[in-house]
This record gives sequence, structure tokens and C-alpha cells, in this order.
Amino acid sequence: MQQQMTGARMVVQALKDQGVEVVFGYPGGAVLPIYDEIFQQNDIRHILVRHEQGAVHMAEGYARSTGKPGVVLVTSGPGATNAVTGLTDALMDSIPLVVLTGQVPTFMIGTDGFQEADTVGITRPCTKHNWLVKDTDRLAETLHQAFHIAKAGRPGPVLIDIPKDVQFATGTYAGPKQARLSHYQPQVKGDIDAITRLVELIEQAERPVFYTGGGVINSGPGASQLLCELADATGFPVTSTLMGLGAYPASGKGWLGMLGMHGLYEANLAMHGCDLMINLGARFDDRITGRIADFSPRSIKAHVDIDPSSINKVVRVDLPIVGDIGHVLEDLLKVWKARGRKVNREGLAKWWSQIEQWKLKNCLAYKGSTTTIKPQYALERLEALTSGHDRYVTTEVGQHQMWAAQFLRFEAPNRWMTSGGLGTMGYGLPASIGVQIAHPEALVINVAGEASWLMNMQEMGTAIQFRAPVKQFILNNERLGMVRQWQQLLHGGRYSQSWSESLPDFVKLAEAFGCKGIRCSDPALLDDAIAEMLDHDGPVIFDCLVEKHENCYPMIPSGKAHNDMLMGDAGVEGAIQAGGAVLV
Amino acid sequence: MSALNIKQGSTSHSAYELRDPHAETVETHTLAVMVDNEAGVLARVIGLFSGRGYNIDSLTVAEVDHKGHRSRITVVTRGTPGVIEQIKAQLGRLVPVHEVHDLTVEGPAVERELALFKVAGTGEKRVEALRLADIFRANVVDSTLESFVFEITGTVEKIDAFADLMRPLGLIDVARTGVAALARGI
Repeated sequence: MQQQMTGARMVVQALKDQGVEVVFGYPGGAVLPIYDEIFQQNDIRHILVRHEQGAVHMAEGYARSTGKPGVVLVTSGPGATNAVTGLTDALMDSIPLVVLTGQVPTFMIGTDGFQEADTVGITRPCTKHNWLVKDTDRLAETLHQAFHIAKAGRPGPVLIDIPKDVQFATGTYAGPKQARLSHYQPQVKGDIDAITRLVELIEQAERPVFYTGGGVINSGPGASQLLCELADATGFPVTSTLMGLGAYPASGKGWLGMLGMHGLYEANLAMHGCDLMINLGARFDDRITGRIADFSPRSIKAHVDIDPSSINKVVRVDLPIVGDIGHVLEDLLKVWKARGRKVNREGLAKWWSQIEQWKLKNCLAYKGSTTTIKPQYALERLEALTSGHDRYVTTEVGQHQMWAAQFLRFEAPNRWMTSGGLGTMGYGLPASIGVQIAHPEALVINVAGEASWLMNMQEMGTAIQFRAPVKQFILNNERLGMVRQWQQLLHGGRYSQSWSESLPDFVKLAEAFGCKGIRCSDPALLDDAIAEMLDHDGPVIFDCLVEKHENCYPMIPSGKAHNDMLMGDAGVEGAIQAGGAVLV
Repeated sequence: MSALNIKQGSTSHSAYELRDPHAETVETHTLAVMVDNEAGVLARVIGLFSGRGYNIDSLTVAEVDHKGHRSRITVVTRGTPGVIEQIKAQLGRLVPVHEVHDLTVEGPAVERELALFKVAGTGEKRVEALRLADIFRANVVDSTLESFVFEITGTVEKIDAFADLMRPLGLIDVARTGVAALARGI
């Protein structure tokens, strides 16, 4: 299909041809021609946000919960710069996005024109790839390439900067099938010799552990299924990073819970004590490893990742396999089955009895209260009252995020959306809207802290305008909880600027936005209040007043090893020593 | 630094890969990066080095295939073996990058740099400069009664050595292209 049309029409046509159903955006001078085209069609739904950062996080929520790329349309200058945080977030967490920005006309580029910014320059380090299209005849091909690159290999955000004269000019449109795709074709099949070597290790291992990450989820639901099949057939324990939660079901018999800085005792000790670590699509992030020198000192480490640069970046591994998790697991299972489904049963039985011992530690225990809602209790009740739903959870960033990862249980992939790598406060509310737009009938909850939530609270307007019945479950401790916890651990309890002064009345705020507000401060009334939130057919802001000075445990203090965790009843002062103090 | 100082890893080639990937010794490597000649591609490569804290000792870039829109970037960089591997992997995942070759480890390679030296002086110093230039097979490409511009081609070490010799003889300006390199043989 080749047709003459304007650049602006090409944008909309290419989105349709790529199967895009929804665009998150905000108009402005440099994208008016594209908005005019959006006005004249009904196939693509446009979600008008309140701030461009919100648009990008919504697209992230959409992408993470569907596996399809999220699409964003914003104007030049401030529209583009406001998108930068979201782009960086998506790059760190490998979320496929296609972001379209308007630009001043080509003949004005470089003149410091009104709302001009060097968008491709600014976003070069925070996109997987970006383009400035100066010729309408190149636009269609670039749009199709953008979708290819966003999705292929390790997914990520891409950006196309489109000057206004390019949008007005007429050129030749070609469909996705005619477009010359880039040479960019990452390797998806793993090396079969390496896979066979891994099978040999699996057959012998006495103390194995699967350490899974966001890569399993990015590889698609098939990869999660294969992981379950492999883990259950071998009887190996499974732990996951924050980004990988849901790839292996929390009800699975191999599930150890999340690992890392606020991971579970049994998960971290399994990592520390294992003799075979099988890393599937995780990247040895510093939240996971703790002190590198003491990271899992006696294990053989295998690492499956689609991105060769992830291998040996932080931790040197013994058996690297570059490839897509789904493809590698498929081959791995084939080889393992063909060789007789062998595992070291005796070793495994001992390993599991050791793990059961660690589980007895009950590392998530906390001191209950009949007068104050403990944040952990709030999440336990939320879990109990919502686990029957096909539930999607987003979070902001901080203590509440870690508690949510510890206390909520995920049975399927694509149900858990959180800002892992970048740690972006203000992510959860817009992300929850993006998820809800993709799954209109589902229960979508944003587990938030009050400080994070305020960072993008303007997006409640978007939720209400587009009837997205998102539940904002705010654990309100009137503190920047994680900052305060670190100040207690590291800075002698001098709580510099870490409290939330002059908070709004969240119930009145809900009313002002035109949605329902609920406040609860009594543990005895919490179940009813949560039920009221769930029963309400529309967005809810739930102000859950919780214990103000609760700390999040277990915790591996910075600069410490996996087997050096702080537990809930620990003395915390001086827990971080000089070497760890410079770490974040 | 002595002009004849042989940089680790850059000149000795063995039939066996003897580099220890865990070594903490800093090596110098010459990388050839084949890229699409598109807007911003050099900024992408440079941004990768600055953003991730890698070193660039020298960098040259020019289109080498006009029809195929292909450019060749030659980077001389330093790092431990682990860092060098990371640099190559990071370069390899840039979308416009087609190939990354580590000429230092892939086999024998020729590395050449072109430099222009302006040397000002009169009398014996001027004669000595000209004599040394002859020994180094440098060409005189500009001459006044008080100055020469020499053009010299060779390895980095040779050009360093020439610079060291010219300095006391009135060296006032230097322009160097950075290293261009190709693997030997086919």
C-alpha cells in the first residue's frame, strides 16, 4: 500500500497499521496537525493527560500490563522535556514505548524558536533509539522502524521528533510490510551447547536457585509458563526481583518470595548459599546483590539475558547465554527432558529442608496494633480482600512499594507495575490509569505513599474524565517513609525534610476532583473501608492513616552481604557503616 | 612516558588468548565500529563513553561507504578487560551500530595516525629539525624562513617520539588525526 498523504495523517495511519488502539498525550503548537488528524478519526482513542510525565507513565502501565508498546504524543519543548523522566524510567525497566514529539519547523531548528528544545539531544541517553525526521517521505518508514525497535530484543522507549512542517507536507506513505526495517535483529535463540551445559549443571546441583527478573515477563506469557513448568518439574526454588514478580506464581511450591535489599530472608539466604544460580532475565542490580565481593560466594552462576551488555556487567558469571528467555527455556526443557529429566534428588531434599528452616524465621513478622493501622497489616488485609480478583497493582516508590512487594501475592505476569530501576516517585497513579485503560473491567489498585502520590496527583482528573475506576490506596504516614528510615539508620535520627507538612485532606481532595474519598485510621474498621473501596464503581482515593515511624524489614543495609540482614526487631542505629554510607 | 613505551595489549599478539578477564590491569584497545552514517550517530557513541565513564584516547570517524551510508569509527580506549568487554557490548547494542571489532585482540592489525607539526626556529635548531624529519620520513608541507610544517604518518608511538624530539627544537603547534586501523590480511 503506497499513498500520498500529509505527515500528520501518516502518523495516525502508521499507528493504526501498527495496531495501536490508544494514545496518551497532550496537545500543543508543534503537534496541532497530528491532533487535527486525531480529531477526524475514531479508530484510535486519545487519553488527554494533565502533565506529559503522566502520559509516559500511563503508557508504561499500559505496556507493562498488555505486553504491547505504549504510545505517547506530546508537543515540542516543555512537552518533550516533561516526558524525560518517564523515558528514563522506561529505559531502566525495559518497557516498550513509542513517544512522538512535535518540533518547531525544520527551517527554525537552531534559532531558539518558541518551545524549541533539542529533543533528540536531550533524550538520546534516555531512549533506546530516537530520530528527528526532516523529510516527510522518511516518516512512515521511521514510524514502523520505531515500533520494531521498541519491541525487539530488550524492549525500551523510542522517540520520534517530528517538525511541524514535516507534519504539514505531503509525502509517500508505505505500510509496515513495505517498510525497510533496520538491521536491528537481536539474537533470540540461545547457544545450544551452553544450554546443554546448563542442563548438566541442573542435573547435578545440590543447592540450586532460579533468580528471575523482568526479562521473563518481557519475553511474554509463554516464558512465564515455561518457567513454571521447569521450576515445578525440577523442584528447584524460585526467587524473583521486584520487576519479575508474577512470572512464577506466589502459590507455586518453589516460591521463595522476592529477594534483594528488602527481600525475604529465605530468598536472600538461598542466593547466598546456593551452588547453582540460574539468573533468568535479571541484571544483578545493586538492590539485589548487596556487597558484590560477598555475593553468593560459592555458586556457579548461569545468566540468560537477551542483552549481551547485561552479562558480566556487575557480576562475572560462569555460563552466559544470550537469548530470549522463552526461547532458551523451551530449548532447555527439551534437552533436560531428552536426557531423562534428572535432578539431584538427595541434594535437593537437604536444600529444601534448609530453606524450610530459614522460612521458620518468619521474616515479615511485625508488631501488630489494635489502635493504629500498621502498613503491613493494611497490605495483608488488601491482599486478603482482593486476592480473588484478577487484580492489577501499581505502586509509587518507597516503603509502601517494598511492603506491597512483600505482602501482595502475584499469580500471573503483567499484573504488577512498579518503577524498579529508576525509582520514580509519582509513577503509580498515572501507571494505574494506563493499566485501567487497557483493562477497563479489571480491578486496578495503586498502592501509594502520600508523598509519592502528590507528585502526579493532577492525573486524578484524567482518571475521572475517562472513567477509569482506579483505586488509590494511600498508606499515609505523613512522612517520606524510606528517607526517614535511612535517616534513622544512617544520620542519627535527624529527620531532615522527610515529613509531609500541610498535606491536603484527601477525602475533600477526592470530592474536589469528583470522585469518592475514604479515610480509615482504625484497624477494626479497615476491612469494611477496603470493601467500600472495592464496591465503589469509580475512582477512589483511600486515605489509610498508618503508623508513622514503621521501618521496612528485612533489610540488607548498604554495603552488606545477603547473609547480613536486619530483621524487624533489630536495633537499627549504626546499621550502615562508613563503607556503605556512600551507597544509596 | 618514553616514546618507545609499548602499551599493554596493543602491540603483542599471541596465537592464544591469554588475557585474564578478571585482571585489574588497564589495557589499551583499538576498536573499529561500523555504523550507519546517520544524524547523531557520533553523539550516540561519544555519549555512551561519557555517560558510562569510559575513556577515549582517540577517536576518528568518516564515511567509508557512501552508497551504503556506512561510517567507520575507530576508538582507542583504555580499561580493565572487564570494562573493555562492557564497552564492546554497550557499543554493540546501539541501534545504528552494525559491527564492533576489537583490533587489539582479533589478530594483527595496522594502526596509523597522521599528524602535522609546526616547528619554528632558525640556525642549527632548524637544520636539526629538518634532519630528524628526514629520519622519521616526515614531509615538509609548508615552509617559511622561520618555520616548517611537517606531515608525519605512523603509529601513535612514532608520532609521540617525533613530538618529543621536536619540542626542544621549537615545536609550536600540533594537529593529530587520531588512529585509523585495519586488520592485517584478509
